[in-house]
Amino acid sequence: MVAGGFGVGKTTFVGAVSEINPLRTEAVMTSASAGIDDLTHTGDKTTTTVAMDFGRITLDQDLILYLFGTPGQDRFWFMWDDLVRGAIGAVVLVDTRRLADCFPAVDYFENSGLPFVIALNGFDGHQPYTPDEVREALQIGPDTPIITTDARHRGDAKSALITLVEHALMARLK
Amino acid sequence: MTPPPASHDSYGALHDAHYDSEGDQPLVRPYAMTGGRTRPRYQLAIEALVSTTADPAHLATLLPEHQRICHLCREVKSVAEVSALLQMPLGVARILVADLAEAGMVAIHQPGNGEAGGTPDVTLLERVLSGLRKL
Repeated sequence: MVAGGFGVGKTTFVGAVSEINPLRTEAVMTSASAGIDDLTHTGDKTTTTVAMDFGRITLDQDLILYLFGTPGQDRFWFMWDDLVRGAIGAVVLVDTRRLADCFPAVDYFENSGLPFVIALNGFDGHQPYTPDEVREALQIGPDTPIITTDARHRGDAKSALITLVEHALMARLK
Repeated sequence: MTPPPASHDSYGALHDAHYDSEGDQPLVRPYAMTGGRTRPRYQLAIEALVSTTADPAHLATLLPEHQRICHLCREVKSVAEVSALLQMPLGVARILVADLAEAGMVAIHQPGNGEAGGTPDVTLLERVLSGLRKL
């Protein structure tokens, strides 16, 4: 999963490393989903569409990795719950100029127990804060990797994914 | 007075009976092609892989949406790709793919240990890691 606040570069990240142009799938919430999401304030028969961009990396003849960008609207937790099942982990992209935007994602993954790494997306190559400063500000424990990245570059996105899978592997072997 | 134009969509007449005016709602209700069902017969992971096993000769007897899925999945695709490429909501894709699986027209490869939601095991993680490093 690739998570983070609106406009932080999730689709850019997915596109940088995906072998296909990112595709968009849409989940439609109808009144039938009322038990899953709180629709009490929106009246009957509401249809809400949640869009999600994703990419694909074929790693081996019989192994395909899918990268799902979480829906921009953090309130669609039901989509996150759907994605988290079977997921290896999450890259939480952070724009350090808008640090608070990543709080919902960090909270969500801490609670769900899905391994995650924080990737500071340096816009135009600028990294105004160091990973240590961000760790302090976010109160992230020492076990969670915090790296810098440029979501536009394939090498950076790939290396963020490697960090994530290594972290997930460590978590499993503990 | 001219009668309203006939609908020329590919979903058949199924939705006509159920359609009522709802302002700016989509013209075709998303779950019309599933016959109103909102839950698949079994839970498909969004990344579950689908490949067509149907004899091409039998495809013509299928519903148009089922046919489109079978054509698309001659090369293996995830449920998410079926949804995106055939422009149908994810929930609809899940139901239609599950229908096809039950009818023996497609094979499903669920991730993990064959069940949706399984945490990837160490062997799988190692393979993913090794694959990523080789990219």
